[in-house]
Amino acid sequence: MTGTKKTGSRRLTMLVLLAFAVVFLGAVVWLGEIWQEEALVTDFTRKNLAPCQTHPFGTDWMGRDMFVRTVTGLSMSIRIGLLTACISAGIAFLMGLAAAVMGRLADGIIGMLIDLVLGIPHMLLLILISFACGRGFFGVVAGVSLTHWASLARLLRGEVLQLKESQYVKIAERLGKGRFYVAFWHMAPNLLPQFVTGLILLFPHAILHEASITFLGFGLSPEQPAVGNILSESMRYLVTGKWWLALFPGLLLVAAVLLFHYIGQTACRLIDPGSAHE
Amino acid sequence: MKLEAREVSFRYGSGGRRVLDRVSLTVESKEHIGLIAPSGFGKTTLLKLLAGYERPDSGEVLLDGRPLAEFEDYCPVQMIWQHPELSVNPRRRLKTVLLEADWEKEAKDRARIEGELGILDEWKERYPAEVSGGELQRFCIARALGRRTKILLADEITTMLDLVTQGEIWSFLRKELKQREIGLVAVSHSPKLLEKVCSRIVRLD
Repeated sequence: MTGTKKTGSRRLTMLVLLAFAVVFLGAVVWLGEIWQEEALVTDFTRKNLAPCQTHPFGTDWMGRDMFVRTVTGLSMSIRIGLLTACISAGIAFLMGLAAAVMGRLADGIIGMLIDLVLGIPHMLLLILISFACGRGFFGVVAGVSLTHWASLARLLRGEVLQLKESQYVKIAERLGKGRFYVAFWHMAPNLLPQFVTGLILLFPHAILHEASITFLGFGLSPEQPAVGNILSESMRYLVTGKWWLALFPGLLLVAAVLLFHYIGQTACRLIDPGSAHE
Repeated sequence: MKLEAREVSFRYGSGGRRVLDRVSLTVESKEHIGLIAPSGFGKTTLLKLLAGYERPDSGEVLLDGRPLAEFEDYCPVQMIWQHPELSVNPRRRLKTVLLEADWEKEAKDRARIEGELGILDEWKERYPAEVSGGELQRFCIARALGRRTKILLADEITTMLDLVTQGEIWSFLRKELKQREIGLVAVSHSPKLLEKVCSRIVRLD
């Protein structure tokens, strides 16, 4: 009895931490929405302030509050991350299922597409697509979502190939069930855990790549308060000793990425039926 | 209906041993055949060929004179596997196994078969990992006994069960198969069981 109690509480701890991570990220998104105007306020009487009580992250050379700017930028990154991760995962799911349902030719074509996207260096393809789509919000979203589906699609396709050989799928076929019945009723429930975990683990990737591509100047336009922009602007001031301009936004970005990673791993463990009684 | 394997040969992969070498077997509805052979003589493989899960390398499997592959919709030859836990989707509730059986949703026969197999309503809401092997096998048997099933292939379907349950399941199957004139090919390591259940015994070795 004590054993079950102990393991049961582990599941509870995981749920509490999970809730905390979700609330924290939700708060960032919500504050960023509220502070959109405030992030643009310039005040030259308070420029280049080091971190203090009124400005915990300091201010920049135009007197903008770095805390407000960072949160707004991160909020933008998270929203782009959510959107692109959902699009990527959707593409991956359809590709994986299509490889199963539509026969050998479709499977071959999808396999080639996956190899193609995975074969080109990630950043290069990302920059190319974003540039071709006219940069800005649309360019970033198109670039990130069109480059991130491949590895999840490969995972799902492998799973589908394995399910195709399983006894219960073959029995369903002998019982006269069609391809679509098998795909949606036998395969989809088995793909769901991988899909959900893959979807959540796509967020940190998408967020980091959005920040990097903006940092390099191929992403969001410079006036938008994105983390990538904040970091690239701060480069010019780092040498003059304004360390807080890069440190805090960088730390908060890393924190957001790690939290998403944690949420993904925890969700993976919670979904697994084997852990239901832990 | 008449199910016929004519001179079938089969090997797994391309380089492996030939598991079946020009084997012939005929079974008709009403007929109950028991298949006996030592391990590794291709009993399960023969059933898989007869049910259409595998195609023979040479020879043919005919159902009423037509190749079995032509039956694209419901296959009148249904097989019950030795391992019920591999035969059901682990992520779907057990009621979905019963719904795959070839009956109208509210058919009387569906309810009758479930009742006679001793399937309880509370099991239907559970997942496969939450019932025992014997309980799971009853679901697989019910699924295979659909309306259009004419020949039933049973691959050591009660090996993992205790004697009482074995007796219950086989007495149900005998009655059901006789009543509906369904043919049977049964594989078992127990000659006594086959002698009791079957009208003819075939040795593969």
